[in-house]
Amino acid sequence: MTSELADSQHQPSSGGANLGSALVVEHLTKRFGKRIAYEDVSFEVGYGEVFGFLGPNGAGKTTTVRTLGTLIAPTSGSATIARIPLSAESGPAIRARISIMPESPGLYLRLTVAENLECFARLYELRDVRSRIDRVLQAVNLSDRANDLCGSLSKGLRQRVALARALLSDPTVLFLDEPTSGLDPVATRDVHDLLIALRERGVTIFLTTHRLEEAEKLCHRVAILNTTLRLIGRPDELREQLFSRNLEVRTRLQLDEPARVFNGLANVESWEQSPSGSYVLNVTDPDTAAPDIARALVHANVDILSMSESHHSLKDVYLELIDEDVEAKKR
Amino acid sequence: MSFSWTRVGAILQKELRDYRRNRFVIYTMSLLPLIFIAAPMIQIFAINVSTTSGLFDAHIGVTLLYMLILPAVIPSVLSTYSVVGEREQGTLEPILSTPIHSEEFLVAKALAALLPTLVVSYVIFGIFLGAVAAFAHPAVASAIFERNHLLVQLLFTPLVAGWSIWAGIAISTRMSDVRAAQQLTVLASLPPLAIVALMSFNVITPSLGLTLGLAAALLLVDGLAWRAVAAMFDRERLVTGRR
Repeated sequence: MTSELADSQHQPSSGGANLGSALVVEHLTKRFGKRIAYEDVSFEVGYGEVFGFLGPNGAGKTTTVRTLGTLIAPTSGSATIARIPLSAESGPAIRARISIMPESPGLYLRLTVAENLECFARLYELRDVRSRIDRVLQAVNLSDRANDLCGSLSKGLRQRVALARALLSDPTVLFLDEPTSGLDPVATRDVHDLLIALRERGVTIFLTTHRLEEAEKLCHRVAILNTTLRLIGRPDELREQLFSRNLEVRTRLQLDEPARVFNGLANVESWEQSPSGSYVLNVTDPDTAAPDIARALVHANVDILSMSESHHSLKDVYLELIDEDVEAKKR
Repeated sequence: MSFSWTRVGAILQKELRDYRRNRFVIYTMSLLPLIFIAAPMIQIFAINVSTTSGLFDAHIGVTLLYMLILPAVIPSVLSTYSVVGEREQGTLEPILSTPIHSEEFLVAKALAALLPTLVVSYVIFGIFLGAVAAFAHPAVASAIFERNHLLVQLLFTPLVAGWSIWAGIAISTRMSDVRAAQQLTVLASLPPLAIVALMSFNVITPSLGLTLGLAAALLLVDGLAWRAVAAMFDRERLVTGRR
């Protein structure tokens, strides 16, 4: 993307309050009658940031996107999108500065790829429609399919056309709602590559997904929503918040008295033997603990095969939180 | 942001392109006119000119009424598809996510139904007039070419279509099934035809003043219908599918 808008977008913010935030959401709530879609949601997204919005089905992700896209009015709370306060009157102005790619591509199947894009370019009242279409088709590697009917394209290609459509107006904020939903691994990889390219160009992306590896791969920060916002931060921060850090030690032979070796070591808070026979040590700081543990094992005449820090994935974080919610509901 | 004819043009062009490749629309636009030109032709050539003047007027009235059923029915097919069709194919949310105003969207949809309707209706009426001039009994031709009858046809074609279009779009915004919407719209299209029928049958003598007055009234009703449909157009309900 070579537009002025894209070029002017700067590096991701840390998420702190600043006037340069692309999105500021404060205590936003949406209810449909008695049913709560989402409640008291607050966060900020900086310019150039890729922000992941995770949550199970029915958590309120799509409703949040629709609210920020001015398709749905919030019940309470406030939001500023691309520096424009969200209100009934500001809808068209906000929609002119953002793009939403919904879960379903929503293309006119009897129109060609270029005709679909031309329609949307004119809806945004863009100039140089032809060159913009050429540019976005090039960005999604579909230049050679411009004159194909959308109805003749595979699901993965339709998703790419939808992404091209979302890029047409060089949006200040690009909302992607489950962009890889229902795609095969190859098509998913293609979409990921496109999103990585956009991230590198500094495009602000609000990505809803329940594919955790996708969020981990693409996002600077993530928020986990389950009607209320459960956690927000960088994936590694979330792991640290929820999980203690572990070192996994594999030895040639099992220790006769592991407690004598591990107990009392500074930085080791607890330990246990895993079913595979390795030792998992819960440590305060792996970098400091590892040499001490190695020395203790050598001193005990034990051959060390490997020592590594065991990593919790974003999936572990997510499941931990959602399981907590399920347990809380049972109580 | 003010009303934009560029955005209206974008939707209108998209709709017309879509019609050209939509078999259902092509068949409907081809078959309906054939039906509605065949029936009045038969009627015209079956008229007994020596019958009483009341019966003669009635025959002429029925014939001309056929010509105005066309602009009532064709847009009902197109306009009912306007919103519910977009919802069915999942294109409504992407369209409504653009800066388009509800009024622009509705005007574009209405024009997309009106333009083909006017073309088809006037062409069919032209063919009918040509056939009458060439082959009908001079007394019948004279009655058909009577100034007020022609004025009624020319003026009421877009106005009847206008009513039918707004009724169709209004129903389309509230329904989730295209076929049910079309059936309801055909029924909703009929009221303006009642006025036209009274004029065609000479129950109301179609003087120039009365014709223009009724046309102005129907134009006002069409305008109010546009505003009412725009007020009914609720993005949230349309996107979430909630009633």
